[in-house]
Amino acid sequence: MSNLFNSMIAWVDKRFPLTSNWKAHLSEYYAPKNFNFWYYFGSLALLVLVNQLITGIFLTMNYKPDASLAFSSVEYIMRDVEYGWLIRYMHSTGASMFFVVVYLHMFRGMMYGSYRKPRELLWLVGMGIFFILMSLAFTGYILPWGQMSYWGAQVIVSMFGAIPVVGDTLQQWLLGDFTLSDAALNRFFAYHVVTLPILLVVLVFVHILALHETGSNNPDGIEIKTNKNPKTGIPVDGIPFHPYYTVKDIVGVVVFLIVFCGIIFFAPEMGGYFLEYNNFIPANTLQTPDHIAPVWYFTPYYSMLRAVTVNFLGIDAKLWGVILMAGSVVIFCFLPWLDRSPVKSIRYKGTYFKVALTLFVISFFVLGWLGTKSPTPMYTLLAQIFTVIYFAFFILMPWYSKIDKVKPEPKRLMKE
Amino acid sequence: MADSFSISDRMSGRRKFLIAITSVAGGVAGAAIATPFLLSMMPSERAKAAGAPVEVDISKLELGMLLMVEWRGRVVWVLKRTPEMLETLTKIEGELADPGSEKKQQPDYAQNRTRSIKPEILVVEGVCTHLGCSPVFRKDIAPADLGADWQGGFFCPCHGSKFDLAGRVYKSVPAPTNMVVPPHTYLSDTQLLIGSESEGAV
Repeated sequence: MSNLFNSMIAWVDKRFPLTSNWKAHLSEYYAPKNFNFWYYFGSLALLVLVNQLITGIFLTMNYKPDASLAFSSVEYIMRDVEYGWLIRYMHSTGASMFFVVVYLHMFRGMMYGSYRKPRELLWLVGMGIFFILMSLAFTGYILPWGQMSYWGAQVIVSMFGAIPVVGDTLQQWLLGDFTLSDAALNRFFAYHVVTLPILLVVLVFVHILALHETGSNNPDGIEIKTNKNPKTGIPVDGIPFHPYYTVKDIVGVVVFLIVFCGIIFFAPEMGGYFLEYNNFIPANTLQTPDHIAPVWYFTPYYSMLRAVTVNFLGIDAKLWGVILMAGSVVIFCFLPWLDRSPVKSIRYKGTYFKVALTLFVISFFVLGWLGTKSPTPMYTLLAQIFTVIYFAFFILMPWYSKIDKVKPEPKRLMKE
Repeated sequence: MADSFSISDRMSGRRKFLIAITSVAGGVAGAAIATPFLLSMMPSERAKAAGAPVEVDISKLELGMLLMVEWRGRVVWVLKRTPEMLETLTKIEGELADPGSEKKQQPDYAQNRTRSIKPEILVVEGVCTHLGCSPVFRKDIAPADLGADWQGGFFCPCHGSKFDLAGRVYKSVPAPTNMVVPPHTYLSDTQLLIGSESEGAV
């Protein structure tokens, strides 16, 4: 039997690089031996991606991308399609969990300096994935054509109208109409189920290829490839990804699925944070709900959008808001060149970086919380203060990371 | 043998020229084929044809009442203001960004203190000039959430922009301009036409 199997593999190997790829990316891909809790989220993101692709395909079988039918087709999925409720809740919960694991994955990179040389391109591809993910979340949220779908889309598309000179034409081009209507819903559906998923899958593939070219970073932030066993050429602090990390990741998957199922079965709306109550009302083009806020993963940026209330430098407050909102996401791309510290990992960085990162995380959460609230003068002031802190983390980084008192990096990986 | 095959050696001037001209031709062809796809995303003929003016009967509109009308897929408000409401318009002018409606957000016949043809009747698109939400009509005076100075007006729940009872924007809010007054005309005392300035032009 095993002979037959081996000869089948040999037959394939002559025609396709199966065994060599299995070795290069799994059984002989050497990863640092000290991966900790923070290293679960890459593989979990992959799991959620698969969940979104599969549940998404089944949702399209019953969903109708038509402004007059969309809302009731979602109700139909929830009430009449066998297990439609489960598939939809897996998809809607998956969307929020995608952001949970991706934010933790990005935070890991910020803590251990995974964006530093030679992994700049890996980080940029990751940012590309993040942008596609945001677009997917946005286009997907429009599809049920509820009140939040409609007014959320109205706000986001109107942002393009704030761009000088070409804004109005660009907005019409995006909408395919002079207002947000059926034409826009129909094309956002096309983006959500065809264009963006293809781009996402390709970029994820490129992300993994780039990772396997440079090798994984680790909590100590030192390169294991600089210390190889002279006989075997294998890094002395490396262990093969399979079986060591595949088995470790399965533990993460099990814990994750317990949480994931808990949400799906007991709190799929998550108190209005995963699915907003206003979206259970069909879109009314004549009236904005009294309180609108985006889904939780967009609220930090949304807070910054509305934080600017004064015109300055000859640019009006509206355009500033849009610039800040876009800037708050794009600025992550510059991290590899903003960080001037001689060490990568937070373990060997000094007090300045630790304080800066803590303030950044606090401002991210405060802005996120403010984004779920109605604007009052007090909240607007808070949003302005924390917007400044958020950007200061990045803009002052070349300065504080350079003068920070760092500890010496070890030669070998430390024990956990 | 392999060395003599390097590309730079074999790149005669003629070959370089041919590659350059093929690249340019390919680029032009690429741009040409992209054009129909990009243009297909502009508003269609059907979308352009929609948007006929709408006629509104305002005979039943009472003082202080707001009527919502749909025109071109967006909301137009018709508000019959009370004398007290009209008084507030001059009172709060100091807090407005563009009290004289200098920016072209209204037809010429509505560029006045009340931004209307008939002083008491305001016709305005109910669309916030910030990011397109529809503000809420708040005629209550000095409510807790809007502060003691609030004299009634429109409050945008999305990003906190404030407008007075003539749709004029306050200072220091995200919205940059006054709300848009659409073209409109009175066919009779009680018949209002929104979207056109003359009866015949449809």
